[in-house]
Amino acid sequence: MAHLSLKSVEKVYGNSFKAVHGIDLEVAEGEFMVLVGPSGCAKSTTLRMIAGLETISGGEIWIGDRLVNDLVPGKRGIAMVFQNYALYPHMKVHNNLSFGLKLKREPKEKIRNATAEVSGILEIGELLDRLPKQLSGGQAQRVALGRALIKQPEVFLFDEPLSNLDAKLRASMRVRITDLHKRLRDEGRPATVVYVTHDQVEAMTMGDRICVMKDGRIMQVADPATLYERPANAFVAGFIGMPEMNLVPVDLSWSESGKPLLELSGKGVAIDEGLARRIKKKSGKVQLGVRPQHIEVTTPNADNCFVATITNLEFMGHEINLHARSGDADFVAVISSERFDKSLQRGSKVGLKPVGSKVHLFDVDTGENISLASVDD
Amino acid sequence: MSISSQNTQDLTANTTEASLTERRRRRRERISVSLRYCLLIIFGLIMIYPLVWLIGASFKSNNEIFSSPWFWPKEPTTQGYVDGWKTSTPYTFGHFFLNSMKIAIPKVIGTAISSTLVAYGFARFEFPGKKVLFAILIATLLLPDVVTRIPQYLLFRELGWLDTYLPLFVPQWFAWEAFFVFMLVQFLRAIPREMEEASRVDGANSLQTLIFIVVPILAPALVSVCLFQFMWTMNDFLGPLIYISTVENYPVSLALKLSIDATEAFNWNQILAMTVLALTPSLVVFFMAQKSFIEGISTGGVKG
Ligand SMILES: Nc1ncnc2c1ncn2[C@@H]1O[C@H](COP(=O)(O)OP(=O)(O)OP(=O)(O)O)[C@@H](O)[C@H]1O
Ligand SMILES: [Mg+2]
Repeated sequence: MAHLSLKSVEKVYGNSFKAVHGIDLEVAEGEFMVLVGPSGCAKSTTLRMIAGLETISGGEIWIGDRLVNDLVPGKRGIAMVFQNYALYPHMKVHNNLSFGLKLKREPKEKIRNATAEVSGILEIGELLDRLPKQLSGGQAQRVALGRALIKQPEVFLFDEPLSNLDAKLRASMRVRITDLHKRLRDEGRPATVVYVTHDQVEAMTMGDRICVMKDGRIMQVADPATLYERPANAFVAGFIGMPEMNLVPVDLSWSESGKPLLELSGKGVAIDEGLARRIKKKSGKVQLGVRPQHIEVTTPNADNCFVATITNLEFMGHEINLHARSGDADFVAVISSERFDKSLQRGSKVGLKPVGSKVHLFDVDTGENISLASVDD
Repeated sequence: MSISSQNTQDLTANTTEASLTERRRRRRERISVSLRYCLLIIFGLIMIYPLVWLIGASFKSNNEIFSSPWFWPKEPTTQGYVDGWKTSTPYTFGHFFLNSMKIAIPKVIGTAISSTLVAYGFARFEFPGKKVLFAILIATLLLPDVVTRIPQYLLFRELGWLDTYLPLFVPQWFAWEAFFVFMLVQFLRAIPREMEEASRVDGANSLQTLIFIVVPILAPALVSVCLFQFMWTMNDFLGPLIYISTVENYPVSLALKLSIDATEAFNWNQILAMTVLALTPSLVVFFMAQKSFIEGISTGGVKG
C-alpha cells in the first residue's frame, strides 16, 4: 500500500477546455479520501487521471515513490470500480474476477485461492458461475468490488460506485465498503482509497477526509467534522449539510459594548457567544452563514432576532423545516416536531435567532470564512 | 339453485348491451387482423414461390420442367442431381465447391480481422488526421465498383496473380470493404467504453483488450459481417469471371454458367439441381449464425 499525491495537476481536454486547474492533494497510506462536489466539477476527470485513463496535461501524480504520469493504468498499482459496474458481459463472474490475474500469468492455484477469498469476503460465492446479465445491481456492484479487491492494489479508485443502486441498497453497500476498508486496515494491509461521489451523505459517512471540489479547483480538504463545523468558505458551507446552510447578505457593525451587530433590512441583531472573538474588527457587507439546525424560532418581539414571515412548513416526521422570509432574505430553520408550536402556520410572524457560537461570516467577494480566527487560540 | 340462476340471467341481461358492442368491436378487429395477415401471406408466397419452384423443379425430369408451372414434381427423380454433380467437365461439382471455399474462407477471415482492427482504431483512438481518414474511408463507399476494376486488373496482372484466387481475397485482408468498417464503428460507438477501461486497469494492453473484451462483445456484429461476406462471395460472379480463366479453378458461380454454355440442349434439371446445391452453403451458414444474431450478448455487463 502506498500514499498518493497530486502536485499541481492540470487537465486540458482536446477541445481546449480546462477541466482541472492545478490541484494539490495528499492522500495518506490507508486513508479513505472522498472527492465530492457538484456535477461537472471534474471529480471523475481527476480520478481518471490518477487511474491513467486520461492523460495528465500538467503536474505530477505520485503513487508511493513512483511518478506515474507516463505509466499505463495496468502498471500503476491501482484498481477501479466504475459507476456502471463495467463487468465483462461475456465472462462468468469468476472470470471477471480473475481476468487481471490471468493477464499477469499468475499460477492457477493462486488465482483459485484469491477468487475464493474475495468471493467469501463479498458473499458472492454462489454467483461465480453466472454471467453479469444474470446479476442484480447490488450483486453486480459487489462483483465489481471483488474485481478490484482481488488485485490487492496500492490504491483503490471508486467513481460513484453506488449511484445506480436504490437507496436501501446504497446504505448497506456504504457500510460494506467502509467495513471492508477497516478490515483491511486491521489485517495490516491498509488500502488507500479515493472515492468519488456527489452524495454528501456518502462523503460524510465514509471519508476519513473529504476533498470538496468546484469547477476543477479544491475548495477544502478536511475531515467530516471540520468540514461541517468550520467550512473554509461559503461554497463548502453551502454544499455540506442538509438542508443547506442559510447564506444571507447582512451589514456588519459593532455595538458600544463591542458585540457584532448584523443588520438585515433595517433590524440589527447582536450576536453573542464569542463570535466577536472569532472575527477581525471589520464592518460592512458580509455574508451570514447559519445552519437551519442552529436557528432558534422565537416570538417576533423577542430580543436579537430577525423577524420573518413563514412561507412554508415541511413536515419531515421527527422534525419540521420552517421556511421564512425576512425582507429579501429566505431562511430555513429546522425544529424538532415536539418543540413545534402548532399555532404557527403559513403567514405567521416569527423571530429567528441565530445561535451565536455556530454562526459563520463569509467575505462577500471571495466567499472566504472570516469567522474562523480565534477558535484556534 | 334456481334463484341464483335467475340472478345470473338478470345480470346477463344488464350486460348484454355492453358486451354486444364489445363483441362487435372484437369481431371487427379480428377481421382486420385476418385481412392483414392474408395479404402478408399472399405477398410472402409470391416472393418465395420462385425459390420453392426451383427446389421442386430440381426433382423434375427435363421435359416436365417446361410442361407445368406447378412446383410439385409428378415423378420425382434425383437424376438432375446425379448428372449435374458429374458436370460436363473432368471435375465433379464438389471440386467447384471446394474452389469457392478456397476463396470464401480466406476472404471472410480477412474481412473480419482487418475490419475489426480498422474499426477499433477509428472508434477508440485519437490520432492526427483521424477525421480526414475516416471521411475518405466513407467516401470509398460511394465509389462505384466499375471505376476500380481496370486499374485493379492491371495491378494484379503486374503482380502475376491472374488465374489465382489472390486478387479475390487479398484486398479483403486490408479492410477493403468500407461498409463493414463503418458498420463496426457504429456498433462500437454504442458500446460503453468502461469495459475496455476496466480491462486496461486490469493490465491488458490495447491488443489484449481488443481480443479478450471487444471482439466477444462485438460478436453479433462480426457474425453479420462474416455472413454477408460469405454470401456475397458465394454469389460473386464478376470477380471470378475477370480473374479466373482455367476451368479447374472455377468457383461454383462460374461452374453453373459453364453447364449452360457447354451443352447444346440445356439440361435444365441439372442446372436447377446444382443451383439448389449452390444455395445450400449460404443457407446453412445463415441458419447457423441466426442464433447469435438474436442472442445479442452485448447487454448485461453495464448498467443503463
Ligand atoms: N472528453 C471531454 N472533453 C471535453 N470536456 C470534457 C470531457 N470530459 C469531461 N469534460 C468536461 O470536464 C468537466 C469535468 O467533467 P467530469 O466528468 O470530471 O465531472 P464530474 O465532477 O465527474 O461530474 P459528475 O458528477 O456529473 O460525474 C465538465 O465540465 C465536463 O463537461
Ligand atoms: Mg463523474
